[in-house]
Amino acid sequence: MSFLNFLISGISLGSIYAIIALGYTMVYGIAKMLNFAHGDVIMVGAYICFYAVFSFELPPIVGILMAIAVCTVLGIVIEKLAYKPLRSAPSLAVLITAIGVSYFLQNAAQLLWTSSPKVFPRFFNFGGQASVSFFGGQLSVSWTTIITIITCIIIMLALTWFTGKTKRGKAMRACSEDKGAAQLMGINVDATISMTFAIGSGLAAIAGVLLCSAYPTLVPTTGSMPGIKAFTAAVFGGIGSIPGALLGGLLLGIIEIMAKAYISTQLSDAIVFAVLIIVLLVKPAGLLGKRVNEKV
Amino acid sequence: MALLAVNNINVYYGAIHAIKDVSFHVDEGEIVTLIGANGAGKSTTLQTVSGLLRSKTGSITFEDKNISNTAAHKLVTHGLAQVPDGRRIFLQMTVRENLEMGAFTQPAANVERDIETVFEYFPRLKEREKQIAGTLSGGEQQMLAMGRALMSNPKLLMLDEPSMGLAPILVEQIFEIIQNLHKNGTTILLVEQNAQAALSIADRAYVLETGKIIMSGTGEELLKSPEIKKAYLGG
Ligand SMILES: Nc1ncnc2c1ncn2[C@@H]1O[C@H](COP(=O)(O)OP(=O)(O)O)[C@@H](O)[C@H]1O
Ligand SMILES: [Mg+2]
Repeated sequence: MSFLNFLISGISLGSIYAIIALGYTMVYGIAKMLNFAHGDVIMVGAYICFYAVFSFELPPIVGILMAIAVCTVLGIVIEKLAYKPLRSAPSLAVLITAIGVSYFLQNAAQLLWTSSPKVFPRFFNFGGQASVSFFGGQLSVSWTTIITIITCIIIMLALTWFTGKTKRGKAMRACSEDKGAAQLMGINVDATISMTFAIGSGLAAIAGVLLCSAYPTLVPTTGSMPGIKAFTAAVFGGIGSIPGALLGGLLLGIIEIMAKAYISTQLSDAIVFAVLIIVLLVKPAGLLGKRVNEKV
Repeated sequence: MALLAVNNINVYYGAIHAIKDVSFHVDEGEIVTLIGANGAGKSTTLQTVSGLLRSKTGSITFEDKNISNTAAHKLVTHGLAQVPDGRRIFLQMTVRENLEMGAFTQPAANVERDIETVFEYFPRLKEREKQIAGTLSGGEQQMLAMGRALMSNPKLLMLDEPSMGLAPILVEQIFEIIQNLHKNGTTILLVEQNAQAALSIADRAYVLETGKIIMSGTGEELLKSPEIKKAYLGG
């Protein structure tokens, strides 16, 4: 049963990576930039939820909704202030700005909330139980794990519906293919980019709460490592591809947990990145990425 | 009354002065063509009218409203549509989705009806409705680009080299459709390198050379003009 246990933990961790990777990949798809501050939005979401529940004693669901609201607005503001003025700047300038925003968020969090670790509360208890047993107690799965996986499935279904069936979602795909042509259709490209940042950041808030429910130590740098891993997952699956983000996230989570369990805890990250390098050598566009020639 | 009036525009790409003091107009119900060699500035002119590029001087008016500074995406609702150079359809979306994007500014209730109208002009698109646009042939992609532009029910349809890269038989078909659209009430601004084909369907024409308009007249006049014959009609 331990293999099954590891697999489920891997899928759960992978679900969190996938939710974060969706933000990277959607923003990359439309703005053609890597928003390195995305990981830190996760951390902000976790803090908002933490304080809402701890200091203001609001119910967890309200805390989660507040985190989503704050991060959504934060995403829109970051895009407006930091990235929009650089829309036609060289990509190196945008990259450096994104790293700057990342440090800014981490330092702002340190000022606001100090660097002493917060212990994130356990939300997901049902009937006084933190986990459920299967097979007469041989397999025990925490509610956090179950809820994480279910949330990831719901988000994937919702996004697939949004980009495939709704007018705004289709417009988003049109913008990621050709902004000029999208404008000729009457699509407001600025508003669409803004909306994409909003969605990605809202998802980051959810990922933040799920991440801290599983790994409860919350510090201002909490978002950076998962951010980098999720970025890796997005590249792994094929940056710009929504199913790619899911696949990349899940595989990364599973490989990481398996490497920890069967090879070495210290080397697990090195193994994860080694797998990434091998995949990119064989498939430079990632697992589900398309090689699209960028038009000038 | 001029539906579209372009007055003394100057457009630059950085230091490159691409459009030099260009003026022209399109009256309601006309087919007007802008001909010129590769690099003359035809696409730059259309993109400036569409608001994707800006002129440093002069003005552009549409139905007597100054649209020089109107955001590109808002011009569609005024009744301007462009079939851009190189078609620029959404290659990863289906034929139907491309048409739906063309109807982005239209009320949802009209979309089905308008798609049917487009399918009447281009029956090939109906057969390909669920296909990914990137898998269409060049001619079909041109038809999709035109159908997509029609979805916004434009008063003025601007076409940038619709004959580019198409076999003669397809060029003929496309030009026939342009004439049908015109008969059904759409004003046309047609940009072409294929001067023969363009001049023979145009009411009026302008000749663009290195960013300047060097000649204008009716389609017939220009077809007969010795300079035009020599420079654009192969003798
Ligand atoms: N994006 C651009 N950057 C710099 N120069 C450009 C750009 N697009 C076009 N040009 C230049 O502007 C001039 C007009 O180009 P264009 O309008 O595309 O001509 P046409 O459509 O008549 O072939 C050409 O000299 C071309 O090289
Ligand atoms: Mg051109």
